[in-house]
Amino acid sequence: MTVAGVLDAIAAVCMVAGAVLSLSAGVALLRFPDLLSRMHAAAKPQVLGLLLILTGCAIRIGTVIDITTMVLIAVFQLATAPVAAHMVGRAAYREGRVRAELLLADELAPDADKFTDKSRDDSR
Amino acid sequence: MRAANPPTRRDRIRTQVMAVIALTVVWNLLWGAFTWANLFSGILVSAAVVIFFPLPPVEFDGRVRPLGLLNFALRFIADLVAASVQVAVLAFRFGHRPTSAIVAVPLRIRSDLNMTLVAEAVSLIPGSLIVEADHETTTLYIHMLGVEDEEHLERLREHVLRLEDRLARALGSDEELRRCGIDPSERKERRS
Repeated sequence: MTVAGVLDAIAAVCMVAGAVLSLSAGVALLRFPDLLSRMHAAAKPQVLGLLLILTGCAIRIGTVIDITTMVLIAVFQLATAPVAAHMVGRAAYREGRVRAELLLADELAPDADKFTDKSRDDSR
Repeated sequence: MRAANPPTRRDRIRTQVMAVIALTVVWNLLWGAFTWANLFSGILVSAAVVIFFPLPPVEFDGRVRPLGLLNFALRFIADLVAASVQVAVLAFRFGHRPTSAIVAVPLRIRSDLNMTLVAEAVSLIPGSLIVEADHETTTLYIHMLGVEDEEHLERLREHVLRLEDRLARALGSDEELRRCGIDPSERKERRS
């Protein structure tokens, strides 16, 4: 097997794995019982799926300038996906859109007032 | 840990110049080519961004430790893979409803940068997602997915603290490292 063949195989594995993870993120988004659980699906398999597909693309395309663009995409994805998930989760919690019967423990509940009061002060 | 003295004017200008350089590089990468035109337009745009949208300076009084950073990066990738597989498995486990929990994890290092990095990393590792962050007590309120029982919950809590340890070994100052190297009895006390 040639080097190019091995690289092609690695790229193929990366892309298929990435696609499968993205699919599972979609399935999880539909199947999970409440919003907070769904945000897990949006934050994790999706990010890794994208990273794997980018890796596959980088191996296949192989030009430096395209790879740097892909690195940028990866960096921004890693930096923004958790923040987005956090903002949605926070808004949901403050709105009371949490299904308490699914929670084994809720250590935020005793401190929750602190945050809602603060948010009222912040709102202009 | 906040820096003892506030950043001077020179510090501010230095961070602004660093920001302009970084943004110019990103600008050039986005255009897909390093040309003189891209370089100058990039400097112009980044200078405008830095001047018109000033951000509070990030205090960083630790130092970069290459080995610790490598260890952190490798463990992070391993965690990301484990997390993705976990969510994927849960997604395809029909007839099973995952239970979860929200736990408060007080961080030991009190810097904005540390809190941000831990929060980002925690969001991407198995079963955890930030719901709320308390800046004053540097406590992260984390939603944990797929928590089976109390014992499992404690394990996840420990996991977050280990992550903070690794981050301190990668980027922390000596003072921050000492804060993480506290003995178990003290940690239990802080937890309750």
